Amino acid sequence: MAAAEINVQYVANLARLALTPDEEKKLSAQLGGILGYIEKLKELDVTGVEPTAHAVPLVNVTRADEVRPSLSHEDALRNAPRQAGGLFLVPKIVE
Amino acid sequence: MEYEAVIGLETHVQLKTKSKMWCGCANAFGSEPNTNVCPVCLGMPGVLPVPNDEALRLTVLTGYLLNCEIPRFAKFDRKSYFYPDASKNYQLTQFDKPSTANGFVDFEFSGLGSVEGMGRVRITRAHLEEDVGKNSHLERFSGVDFNRAGVPLLEIVSEPDITGSDMAYEYLNALKDILIHGGVSDCDMEKGMVRCDVNVSVRPVGTRELGAKIEIKNMNSFSGVRRALDYEIPRQIAAVKRGDKLIQSTRRWDDVAGITEEMRTKEHAHDYRYFPDPDLMPLAPTEAWLAEVKSRVVELPLARKRRFMQAYQLPAPDAESFVNDVPLGNYFEAMAGLSKSPKAVANWVINNLRAKIAEANTRDAAEQMSMGIEPGEVKRLTLTDLKFKPEALLELVGLVEAKAISNAAAQQVFGEMFDTGKAPAAIVQEKGLAQVSDTGAIETFCDEAIAANPAPVADYKAGKVAALNSLKGQVMKLSKGKANPALVGEILERKLKA
Repeated sequence: MAAAEINVQYVANLARLALTPDEEKKLSAQLGGILGYIEKLKELDVTGVEPTAHAVPLVNVTRADEVRPSLSHEDALRNAPRQAGGLFLVPKIVE
Repeated sequence: MEYEAVIGLETHVQLKTKSKMWCGCANAFGSEPNTNVCPVCLGMPGVLPVPNDEALRLTVLTGYLLNCEIPRFAKFDRKSYFYPDASKNYQLTQFDKPSTANGFVDFEFSGLGSVEGMGRVRITRAHLEEDVGKNSHLERFSGVDFNRAGVPLLEIVSEPDITGSDMAYEYLNALKDILIHGGVSDCDMEKGMVRCDVNVSVRPVGTRELGAKIEIKNMNSFSGVRRALDYEIPRQIAAVKRGDKLIQSTRRWDDVAGITEEMRTKEHAHDYRYFPDPDLMPLAPTEAWLAEVKSRVVELPLARKRRFMQAYQLPAPDAESFVNDVPLGNYFEAMAGLSKSPKAVANWVINNLRAKIAEANTRDAAEQMSMGIEPGEVKRLTLTDLKFKPEALLELVGLVEAKAISNAAAQQVFGEMFDTGKAPAAIVQEKGLAQVSDTGAIETFCDEAIAANPAPVADYKAGKVAALNSLKGQVMKLSKGKANPALVGEILERKLKA
């Protein structure tokens, strides 16, 4: 994909980033560079190589169903910008 | 033109595990807000989720119970979106490689879309994901409790095989029964353990093309699903008949008003950007692991009901009692094969034994709680605590069948054996409850009753057949309840007609 095909504004919006026009321009060029590098990988011959999302050949990594101590209520809420009644407070959700 | 509805359901079910899906926090309902949370389920940076083995087993077990195929490869993807109840800003879910696929649920159903009293809904997939936190809406803010975040959640997706509100309702109930029986989930609706998204469209009867899909989100009761469909299907048909063009949209069910209403459409279509989670290794179930899961497959409720009806000649309500209460059914089944009249045994187990246990439990619970024991800690009487052996109940049924004791006396004997564990024959002897089938003795009682009650006698002779009951009652009283009631009736009738 060439840089021109990236809708930087759309991607930024998905990531909830507000970009200035300058930032948009700068990031557009950077994203183009990254995609160009990925394009280069296409030159490799991967015939017979199974696609994978992981570099490590591991499967079935699990844990037993056992309860372990949770954080203390105070620690859990320590970083909350606002709290009340034991809840994290966030801007009002309008559905 | 006639229109028909096409309905598919996405049913979310919380799995019955001790801990959450990726961390050791308790999977528990009703705790104080944000007390079952840790860095993993709060979505802190740098944490490593590790899948709960039991949740994976319950997922595959569900696959077996729903007649699914179990793929030998499955994985988890990240579904990205921003919402305050999703702590990580993505939900971990099985996207293109679910743990189960292509199953079906059969259930008793006789409405539209049924075949010979049965309905079948195909299951596209049952895939594993995580629940999100719970929002509550306050005056100026919204509050979030993450206790529920990361609880293992199974999403059971049906094919659009459902034709109406009743079929949706029966399917959901059948699904719930299967999951409870299989030990997969408690399916407690009150605790939000089952939630449902309804996809519904309408099309002219006889056409194949689907109409615009309208989704009713976040239903938390089956009767709500039924009512929402009873509202939504006519609404869509009326709109199409008017010439309106329906568009794909999401609606909300207002249970109080009894209507669906369109939810605010987002500016952008969802773009979840699914990609494989780099922290979670794929799943490749081994034959040994699958065999272990398979050994947990139980008899499905419908199969059990049919077997009880067929093997023991039970009516449907009796069989259902033994499906809904599996230990009670097993208790019955252990005896039924040894009895000449399984139906009589079933009556005793369902009507008398179950009632006695419930009565004892109510009494004991009150007593224990008055002594300061928490309601959750109250010890309950179960079938394994009974003082009498199943053989004793069989003996009692035999005594009634042989007319050795009356039904009324049998109740008394049962009460006594329940309390003391004594053998029925011993109780009958001790209390002098043996039924009098000696015609001579009964004749004497009948003569006495006729002599002492001229009014009912006259009534009966004047054609009031019901007057016989009053005389019968008198005879039973004279015999102290021990006379064989059938014989009493016969003898009275003979004497009065003479």
